[in-house]
Amino acid sequence: MAQSPRNSFSHAATAFAPWNDPNAQPLIQFKNVTKRFGDFVAIDNLTIDIYEREFFALLGPSGCGKTTLMRMLAGFENPSEGQILLGGKDIVPVPPNKRPVNMMFQSYALFPHLSVWDNIAFGLKRSDMPKDQIGDRVAEMLRLTRLDKFAKRKPHQISGGQRQRVALARSLAKAPKLLLLDEPLGALDKKLRNETQFELMDIQEKTGTTFVIVTHDQEEAMTVASRVAVMDHGKMIQVDTPAGIYENPSSVYVADFIGDVNIIEGKAAKVASGTLELHYAEGAEPIKATTDATVTEGQSISFAIRPEKIAVSTEPMADRANHARGKIIDIAYLGNVSTYHVRLPSGQMMSAQMTNSRRLARRDFTWEDEVWLSWTDTAGVILTE
Amino acid sequence: MRRFSWFNITSLTLGFAFLYIPMIILVIYSFNGGRLVTVWAGFSTKWYGELLSNEDFLNAAWVTIRVALATATLATILGTLAAYVMIRGGRFFGRTLFSGMVVAPLVMPDVILGLSLLLLFKVMFSSAGMMTVILAHTTFTMCYVSVVVSSRLVSFDKSLEEAALDLGATPFDAFKSVTLPNIAPAVVSGWLLAFTLSLDDLVIASFTTGPGATTLPIKIFSAVRLGVSPEINALSTIMIGIVTIGVISFSLINKRQVAQRLRDEKTAEASA
Repeated sequence: MAQSPRNSFSHAATAFAPWNDPNAQPLIQFKNVTKRFGDFVAIDNLTIDIYEREFFALLGPSGCGKTTLMRMLAGFENPSEGQILLGGKDIVPVPPNKRPVNMMFQSYALFPHLSVWDNIAFGLKRSDMPKDQIGDRVAEMLRLTRLDKFAKRKPHQISGGQRQRVALARSLAKAPKLLLLDEPLGALDKKLRNETQFELMDIQEKTGTTFVIVTHDQEEAMTVASRVAVMDHGKMIQVDTPAGIYENPSSVYVADFIGDVNIIEGKAAKVASGTLELHYAEGAEPIKATTDATVTEGQSISFAIRPEKIAVSTEPMADRANHARGKIIDIAYLGNVSTYHVRLPSGQMMSAQMTNSRRLARRDFTWEDEVWLSWTDTAGVILTE
Repeated sequence: MRRFSWFNITSLTLGFAFLYIPMIILVIYSFNGGRLVTVWAGFSTKWYGELLSNEDFLNAAWVTIRVALATATLATILGTLAAYVMIRGGRFFGRTLFSGMVVAPLVMPDVILGLSLLLLFKVMFSSAGMMTVILAHTTFTMCYVSVVVSSRLVSFDKSLEEAALDLGATPFDAFKSVTLPNIAPAVVSGWLLAFTLSLDDLVIASFTTGPGATTLPIKIFSAVRLGVSPEINALSTIMIGIVTIGVISFSLINKRQVAQRLRDEKTAEASA
């Protein structure tokens, strides 16, 4: 398959987006699954479909139920209520060793007494694969993860990054229908993590396996996933492509959880088909915005806008529908971009991010300067919850 | 080098003297040429020779070793299984009670344990013998094994077993090919502990033994009641020697493994 799942955000007709296809048969289906540990509800009446060849990310703060969800897929936990289907069959009664699902553990869980070769061969020796083919398969896995030189080493004789690749090779060796990755890159430093993310995507594409990854790192989820599920308190808050989650968050929680965002609360006015105005402060010019949501006149709503969608300038930009005057309180210089913290007359703090396309010395405004913030009527999102 | 204060030197000397002077005296007197234990009559190894020709002692030694081997093996199997269930079994009804009961024999007075086993065996078997001693020793050494093994299991990453299951191993296969190799040092320690405990137990063995199953401690104890003979000194010296060699070689092997591991980790970091 030539089409990369990562291009799904392009919304082209050829894009990989089985979740939009009503005829597509999901690989995994959670049907009204609830999991309780004593009185604690880890998963709360959750329903979700995951499709073949997807790179599906479960994202959320710790304790949101994402690990429990994954452990139910692996078979280490059973749901208190509901069904989990894999390829249309209920897998709840199937023990972990009989499921066509493999898992890469957060701690890697490499067998310390076995060599890299034997670690990778462990699952194959317990499958119905003929003995003479096991060697070839292990060699193939070693090549895929560039570990050929380390086959005879024990896990404690290789580095953290290599261990991570052994864990991946071992979980992929049996060519599972579904690979589960539990915070797979948590133990790596940032640079190695970035490299490994691309390696993971590469391997996912080469093998065509469905990946479900658990992570609390939103950047990682955005980078690797075809779809991201944001979870909180055992519920799916929003499931969408990375771009969808970022550009069209469905709630203040999601908008706030993914990336930086300005949230302005106010009352709806002049509600027309697809447009409205938001009154957020006495005497301030109302914010003009577009929305698909049904909003009634006077309803309390929130307006969410990303810092990079707001321009900072000495004069208001005529081509943008919204303007607000404010004073620069702080500037965070990050090299390629700068984030300006601007206080509006109403006391509302706004962050705006600008690319540093000019040298620093030639910048027109600095601390304590009065500036104009400008944004278009489509730049932000109206949130009703 | 740190210098020791006088106080430290004194307390160290006193402590070690307290521990080892009795044994040193015993070892010295085992090379005594005379028949009287308390009077030095020149160096000689003749009591060792006498010992080797003493059928009674040799038989008792042989019984003791067979009992200790069987006990250690049985206790290790049962103790390891008990530890595994306790640590990995999750929450089941009566778990706290059960884990308390497994370690209870640790603090139970030997006399009571011996007496209760004697009563039980009287009902169960027509005659006491080596088998009853083995069963009795297994009962009280198994809890030591389970304590040693569970402390290792607690620190053993559970996800290794889950990984084995995930890769298609049955629960028994996962235990055999992943858990067991990794807790092996604790299992071996448990075996050695059970072996030593069985080797020198007098009280429980006295209660549960029968004709033809006199263990060495029983033999020594009854011989000493007729007066300490230099032969017993020689025998005890041999036992001290065996135990010392065992302990030293075990710790040397351990030390080498740790050193090897540290070297491996260094090369791993260097090659990364």
